[in-house]
Amino acid sequence: MWEQIRSNRIRSVILVVAMAALLLLIGYFLGVAFMDNGIGGLLIAFAIWAVMNLIAFFQGDSILLAISRARKIKRDDYPRLYNIVEEMKIASGLEKMPDIYIIDDTALNAFATGRDPKRASIAVTSGLLQKLTRDELQGVVGHEISHIKNRDVLLMALCSVLLGTIVILAWYVTRLLFFGSLFGGRRSSSSGGGQAQLIILAGGIVLMILAPIIAQFIYFAISRKREYLADASSALYTRYPEGLASALEKIAGSTTQLKSANQASAPMYIINPFRKKGRAATDLTSTHPPISERIRILRSMAGGASFADYDNAFRNVHQGGRGIISASAVASTGTIGLRAAEPEAVQGEPEIGKVERSREVSDLMWRLNNYKTITCDCGTKLKVPPNIKKPSVKCPHCSRINKL
Amino acid sequence: MIAVYIIIGVVVILLLFFAGTYNSLVRLRNGVKNAWAQIDVQLKRRHDLIPNLMETVKGYMKHERETLEAVTNARNLAQKAIGTGVGAQSKAEAGLSGALSRLLAVVENYPDLKANQNFLALQEELTSTENKISFSRQFYNDSVLNYNNKTHMFPSNIIAGMTGFKAGEFFEVTVAEERVAPKVSFT
Repeated sequence: MWEQIRSNRIRSVILVVAMAALLLLIGYFLGVAFMDNGIGGLLIAFAIWAVMNLIAFFQGDSILLAISRARKIKRDDYPRLYNIVEEMKIASGLEKMPDIYIIDDTALNAFATGRDPKRASIAVTSGLLQKLTRDELQGVVGHEISHIKNRDVLLMALCSVLLGTIVILAWYVTRLLFFGSLFGGRRSSSSGGGQAQLIILAGGIVLMILAPIIAQFIYFAISRKREYLADASSALYTRYPEGLASALEKIAGSTTQLKSANQASAPMYIINPFRKKGRAATDLTSTHPPISERIRILRSMAGGASFADYDNAFRNVHQGGRGIISASAVASTGTIGLRAAEPEAVQGEPEIGKVERSREVSDLMWRLNNYKTITCDCGTKLKVPPNIKKPSVKCPHCSRINKL
Repeated sequence: MIAVYIIIGVVVILLLFFAGTYNSLVRLRNGVKNAWAQIDVQLKRRHDLIPNLMETVKGYMKHERETLEAVTNARNLAQKAIGTGVGAQSKAEAGLSGALSRLLAVVENYPDLKANQNFLALQEELTSTENKISFSRQFYNDSVLNYNNKTHMFPSNIIAGMTGFKAGEFFEVTVAEERVAPKVSFT
């Protein structure tokens, strides 16, 4: 397992360096085109990137949690979720218990964030808590914990910052170039070496168009591989790949989309929150491997829960070809057996789940009948019938007057 | 003169390699020790949960005095067995697991108890503690595997042999009752 993390790290470093080189190339060209000084542009690009990186490094997790509208929970709020996270923390040998957040949303999704294993957080939607059994939730949490353990979170944050900088710079430069050549405002046109200038310009334009696309491909390559590895690690930690497989099935079957996700945070989730209904995301531009394929791999792990078993299953599903896990990691794990399912198959966080679900249903029924819902200051939700004529209504709890 | 530099260079590289391997062996061995300590933490948690469980259950299960006493006794034995060596300890813990699962089988006959909020919370805690015990054993074995790989594989096995790193012992479930994880089922 440790071998795997190291070999992955080396490959990721190469890809990240490639992306950084792309960024610096853009910067250099920017300098040549607008300041007659390539190094100056290079430095500017580097400075922008460094500042964005610093923000992502120190504030990235809190920004992500804030835009996802996640709230932190304590052990007593959701004892089962807390216990499951602690179980996976023990199984993975993580040094510190991650913080746990809940996103109040009926969509089924989860993500992990934090710059290192000592300062990490896991967020799950309340829908996930209600719909999954203990084993399934364990599989999902195992997947997220392994993102933390393998330091995927930091890597993906750095990559998305790189990608973002490249896309923004390329966008501005193409616009600037376009208007610059349109109005003939380029100073260097009077100086000599026009031919060389033209070649650099042409090369630059090609670069500006290609760079964001190349960067995106690199980004997707990194992110997809990480998803497979996290699935394999989850199976290894839980010794029960069926848990994650059936969780993924439920998640894929749900059609509710997460409201608070956006393009930047999409790769962080366990499945892509923007997938369209009924569309298999098999194309290269997806941040996540197709979910049906992930389920099939997990379900074909008949023999055991080790990386070797996952690798074999991956090869079976892909009809031969290269495995997904490095040979040294496969060799270093012994035989690891599977465990049996948890005897209880109760869904949802015991008490809280049921109350919330029945509330949701009753709210929906009220709304269907054109009742208006007003939330009073005391927290009571008032259901006002559609044919009421009065301008205000008294709260039956606290007797405050609420305007309609 | 060049030959001297080359020799110095080779010696430095060898020293660096030696230091790096030695340190990673120490790190792995400490990891194994720590993983073992984690198992004890979880076993202790189980001991701490049992008085609570007894308190909740005894009002409902007046006719099951023997079963309840068996659990209390097994817990006391398990607590005494702490620090008496791996073999004795795992035998005592296995006894506790057995007594617990017998108690929980009897719970089926008491629907009032199964509706008790305290008991439901304890059910989750017990299920999770059993899981944590097996996960911490699992992680201990993963750590031992890693450490052993390092002590056996070339070239780190040379340094392990020179500095006296011995292969770690796997946790193996020897008692038949322990091999089958206790089914904590209340439903």
